[in-house]
Amino acid sequence: MAAKDTKAYALWVAFVLCLVCSVLVTAAAIALRPLQQASRIDDKRKNILRVVNMYEPGINIDEAFKKITPKIVELDTGALVADIDPAGYDQYAAAKDPAQGGRAIAGDDDLAKIKYRPKYATVYFLYNEDGTPRTVILPISGYGLWSTLYGFLAVEADGNTVVGINFYQHAETPGLGGEVDNPVWKQQWGGKQIYDAQGEVLLRLVKGGVDPDSPAAAHQVDALAGATLTSNGVSNLVQYWLSDAGFKPFLQRIAEQHAAAAPGA
Amino acid sequence: MSEVNARKIVLEPVADNNPIILQVLGICSALAVTGRLETALIMCVGLTSVTAFANLFYSLVRNYVPGSIRIIAQMTIAATLVILVDQTLKAVAYEQSKPLSVFIGLILTNCIVMGRLEAYAQSNPPWPSFLDGLGNGLGYSAILIVLAVIRELFGSGKLLGVEILPLATDGGWYVPNGLLLLPPSAFFLIGLIIWAVRTWKPQQVEKPAFRIQAGQIHGAEAH
Repeated sequence: MAAKDTKAYALWVAFVLCLVCSVLVTAAAIALRPLQQASRIDDKRKNILRVVNMYEPGINIDEAFKKITPKIVELDTGALVADIDPAGYDQYAAAKDPAQGGRAIAGDDDLAKIKYRPKYATVYFLYNEDGTPRTVILPISGYGLWSTLYGFLAVEADGNTVVGINFYQHAETPGLGGEVDNPVWKQQWGGKQIYDAQGEVLLRLVKGGVDPDSPAAAHQVDALAGATLTSNGVSNLVQYWLSDAGFKPFLQRIAEQHAAAAPGA
Repeated sequence: MSEVNARKIVLEPVADNNPIILQVLGICSALAVTGRLETALIMCVGLTSVTAFANLFYSLVRNYVPGSIRIIAQMTIAATLVILVDQTLKAVAYEQSKPLSVFIGLILTNCIVMGRLEAYAQSNPPWPSFLDGLGNGLGYSAILIVLAVIRELFGSGKLLGVEILPLATDGGWYVPNGLLLLPPSAFFLIGLIIWAVRTWKPQQVEKPAFRIQAGQIHGAEAH
């Protein structure tokens, strides 16, 4: 087998091996892509359902998600935009794409440390039986200690009361910052008030536990023990996305509609 | 010669020649993915199938691959299998694959895979090579499962996400050991397992690399 030692033979073997392997990899990637995309969408839907406490293991996600309507909002004005299809819109990709209205955030304004802000965002509506909005679910993101946290914040139709929070993607330290996934901690968010009478965002995390007697307790959530930087990150991202740069114009519109629909309140 | 002692090939790496506790390979992922039993099990299946099939496929082509490019050929085969496992996981178990993130991709750099390819599949027929890969994968899995059970049970009071020890924070009695959730705790546990196994099987104890002898420090070598 003297031929085995020649350079040409080695190159030939390497070529055939690489060709076979790359065909396999390509075939797998193409064949599995539809399944992967479906799993990714299901995972996102699951997390949207979780934030409004509608998810239980084993439920039919397609069925449950019928109650939730995605819509596109222009962040600056808070107005709903009808000519963008929510199914095909990815706000995180659009944020980096000037053609879709995305732009960089100036250093000082970048409270959530996300660098780019989209012009339009996808929000999700949950309606009452009479067709009035019951809950709006807002996408939120921001930097913690190690990673950008991506999640959802659900707010009641009054535009001020939190229903729940849920992060679906992050890489914070398990057991410390990773406790943003702790159901007991997430439970505290329900019923908290976002704004004061002047419209300032007061919702934030506080170290050392919330004093229930303090008048500010309605705006405060316990910080995560041993995870100061993740807690600061969560505080900042919540404040950013609820400020004028985020969803405040939209929440104000929702609140006005809500007040108009229920004049007695 | 043709008689293959399948049982021995598969079982030897589990107890007597374990890749983690005797060869001390694959430690990185053993620290990283054992915080929860579920992720550890997925990692075990991933690594065992990659090691077994990489051994099988490489052994099939071993006589055609020239010695000068054998390492790169082994790596190409292993890398292909790792990508297949990664893609499949993302398609069928997306949520479970998220905490594993980079570690599935890093199976390739796991010394167990390349070690078995070079040490065994390079010079053995396909069927014993497959069994050898399977055995080493199982040896790795055995340690991972032990680590994950201890870490998840005592670190978060659960197994496979089901509550076993009611946590004090949820009104139960168990105060979890937070250290066990952090990767370094697996180091301590692996150390304890190595100690226990070497006490049980003293033949695994390595000879000291050198010994200081009386008079050595003041002897000729000190000058």
